Amino acid sequence: MFVLIVGVGRVGAAVAKNALSTGHEVSVMDEDPLSHERLDAGQATSWEDAGGHFTVGTALELDALREAGIERADLFIASTDGDNTNLIIAQIAQKQFGVQKVIARVMDPARAAWYREQGLHTISPAQEAIGMFIDAVQAHAGVV
Amino acid sequence: MYAVVIGGGKVGLSLTRELVAKGHEVTLVESRRSRYLNIEHELQHSVQYGDGTELWVLERAGIQRADLVIAVTGDDEDNMLVCQVARDKYRCDHIIARVNNPRNYSHFKLLGIQPVVSATDLILRLIEHEVPRYGLVHLLALEEEGLEIIELEVSAESPAAGKALSEITMPDGSLFISVLRHGSGFVPKSDSVIEAGDRVLLVLEPGLEETIIAYLAPETAHAPA
Repeated sequence: MFVLIVGVGRVGAAVAKNALSTGHEVSVMDEDPLSHERLDAGQATSWEDAGGHFTVGTALELDALREAGIERADLFIASTDGDNTNLIIAQIAQKQFGVQKVIARVMDPARAAWYREQGLHTISPAQEAIGMFIDAVQAHAGVV
Repeated sequence: MYAVVIGGGKVGLSLTRELVAKGHEVTLVESRRSRYLNIEHELQHSVQYGDGTELWVLERAGIQRADLVIAVTGDDEDNMLVCQVARDKYRCDHIIARVNNPRNYSHFKLLGIQPVVSATDLILRLIEHEVPRYGLVHLLALEEEGLEIIELEVSAESPAAGKALSEITMPDGSLFISVLRHGSGFVPKSDSVIEAGDRVLLVLEPGLEETIIAYLAPETAHAPA
């Protein structure tokens, strides 16, 4: 499948590398050209040599999204550092480009939950962390 | 009326002042601490500190009972998100959004967020109005109603130049409203003659612009806007 990831931070880069290494076609986009280094770090070959695509552009630029291949994307992941940006571009991918599967990274658990209710697949790293911390607190309470 | 304004920059602050002066109840939400402290001096309880894209902040501002939500931050994604949750989650009847980058206009439209206000757009329209070589000027778009009002200079090459209104066959879905000639305007009657150099106001159905330009100002038809 063809995966497009917008926002190449720690999360975006790691997911991109994993998708590429598991045999998928992967295109990533970020407004910062230097974010490319994250894709090469710790790899034997460069991102492009490994078969990956990289586009510089901001997420709301339709031309950049097209250049990155959104029109043939099977999966779109919005993982910039802005919750609102991710929520908006995920909807653009869905409504304007008809991407089959769209996932948005949303730090704020409240926004993540409401948009999930609206049918958007959201992943909230903060919510995940909260759950793990609560579990850890409970587990320790059982020890003392 | 109760209005919630998101974004305490120059636009948000001025709007809040005006609305308060007109006797409305307003809450302005500003996320930058230093800016909030400056505003708080003046607006006191009418301003709250917080990120207006966080749901609890909106709820604290009383968005559930707001008649109007105005999103005027400097960030288009934030403005879109605020309006989307105001409308769909909190069932607010009236929303107004500011578009900072005109390129993002289509995104607001895609998400059904309107009306929107864009300063760049307003200034561009003024420029078009002041600089005739731009050809066709969009004066007003009634999107819901499917009509728009445009202004255009009739050129000497137009088959309409020098003819009375009754002899001019306009495309279906278009109508002359008024004629501006030598600095004054009049509403044309069927025997009024349209002259080259007249600036005419027309009401049209959207999509007829090209046809109208080709007819009234043919030499500008393919000129870049």
